[in-house]
Amino acid sequence: MKQLVVLSGKGGTGKTTITGSLAYLAGEEAIMVDCDVDAANLHLLVNYKLENREDFMGGKAIKIDNSRCNSCGLCSQLCRFDVLSVEMFPLKNNQLIPCEGCGVCARFCPKGAMTVQDIKNGQIYTSRSGQRWLVYAELDPGADASGKLVTEVRQRALAIEEKESKPYIIIDGPPGIGCPVIASLTGTDMALLVTEPTISGLHDLERILGLTESFSVKTAVCINRYDINAEISETIEKYCKQSGVEWVKRIPFDETVIKNLKMGQPVIKDETSVAGQIIREMWSQIAKSLVS
Amino acid sequence: MIISVVSGKGGTGKTSIAINLALALEEGQFLDCDVEEPNAFLFLKPEITNQMDVQVSIPDIDTVLCSGCGACVKACSFHALAQAGNKILTFENICHGCSACWLVCPQKAIKEGKRSIGFIEKGQVKSLECIQGELNLKEPSAVPIIKKMKTLIDQKKTIIIDGPPGTSCPAVEAIKGSDFCLLVTEPTPFGLHDLKVVVEVVKQQGIPCGLVINRSQGDDQIAEEFAQKENLPILLTIPLEKEIAQLYSKGIPFGKVMPQWQHKFKLLLESIKAGDAS
Repeated sequence: MKQLVVLSGKGGTGKTTITGSLAYLAGEEAIMVDCDVDAANLHLLVNYKLENREDFMGGKAIKIDNSRCNSCGLCSQLCRFDVLSVEMFPLKNNQLIPCEGCGVCARFCPKGAMTVQDIKNGQIYTSRSGQRWLVYAELDPGADASGKLVTEVRQRALAIEEKESKPYIIIDGPPGIGCPVIASLTGTDMALLVTEPTISGLHDLERILGLTESFSVKTAVCINRYDINAEISETIEKYCKQSGVEWVKRIPFDETVIKNLKMGQPVIKDETSVAGQIIREMWSQIAKSLVS
Repeated sequence: MIISVVSGKGGTGKTSIAINLALALEEGQFLDCDVEEPNAFLFLKPEITNQMDVQVSIPDIDTVLCSGCGACVKACSFHALAQAGNKILTFENICHGCSACWLVCPQKAIKEGKRSIGFIEKGQVKSLECIQGELNLKEPSAVPIIKKMKTLIDQKKTIIIDGPPGTSCPAVEAIKGSDFCLLVTEPTPFGLHDLKVVVEVVKQQGIPCGLVINRSQGDDQIAEEFAQKENLPILLTIPLEKEIAQLYSKGIPFGKVMPQWQHKFKLLLESIKAGDAS
């Protein structure tokens, strides 16, 4: 089994649009995973039936027993994350305060009034249509621990793979380069980076390429809407060649992409779509790269 | 007054709008808090006057004093310390700097050390002070950089914050304490889905907000219906236009070369400042 992750650094370059089409092309051969847990969108394109939904207990919170607390304030002095402050005292009994979960306050509370608890801060969904699978998750609005949730979602996909034995796992990654991105990239066989020919796109591509390089993951690049600025597309391609990128594909600006997105279906289903045609070629190239 | 520009979904046009708003300011501060992928300086091109390191705490273990008892390993909730025989190994990247290890060490063998995770740059464009943070590659947490950037805020001025995408810790840290949030969306099912989540986060924080619809093709019901249901005023609609996209691709704020837009951003800023926008 091989794992492909689709990343971009910059948001909104077309990751999910492309991943949605890859899901269609790979069909029963792949388990799809949406690791953009802040803004999971892939399920809106594939429309599989929800099979299972579970709570993600990835958050931590501190609970205070008022019968013991004497409001000495030591916990607020020790907390490095500005979660507790003297102004909050006295705290409501058994009130749960979401926090980093380091446990320093609980350990040093002279009255033993504090305990750290796990709290729910997201949900994990498994959906399917016949032998097509999608695992995704939604982090609660404003919650912490997106990296942990990504790892959890990927484990669900691996568990399905173990039972069903599929040749591919395809991961739709989050934007950025931080903790959920690192958690999405770790242990994959190949990264497809989707960029756009803008100076922001180029700048962000340089950073995400630095990251995939440092993880020694085989990398390919797709320049989406390349004809918006042919000059920058040129620069991107040159840069990719110098950086040892396996191959670069170009997708032109194509109105069928947004049209199909608005209809809630992957552009690959539209036979008139030029972008769809190129994604098709890209998938066969990815499949080749993954086994080489 | 602090105005944050946020979106949930990436690539909706946050930076573009934040920059155009900042340029409409006579005097103020601009903070690019998307420290994982900071892009605002590519557009604003400020002259950098100042750069500062951002450091976080880590354990600094004195191997002579350390007895290898392992109390620190047990106290670490993040598995950033491990015991190998009599030696303690530190995994700095996953350390949260909580202080548990140096507080519990019976030998007093651990001191609070520091390491860099990124930096902040300051610069000036006329009377606009520009601040941008950048997280080093392979670093997981952007939050300490955003926190440090926000200590540079001068409350007397008008401040525009360009937020990171998403709705988890970095986004929440960026908008905390704002007086107004400008939400940017695109009229697609993806845009709507992510807008719903970001509206919840902004409401949790009790911050008044308004909506900008970007890349409109004239059929924005999907965003408009939601806005109406949520009592969210639509403050500006920007069409999907090749000229705007091309200017963006070259790093030119479109308000700078399209006077009609410069005017619209000035009006938008005024209505937010006057409190008419929510």
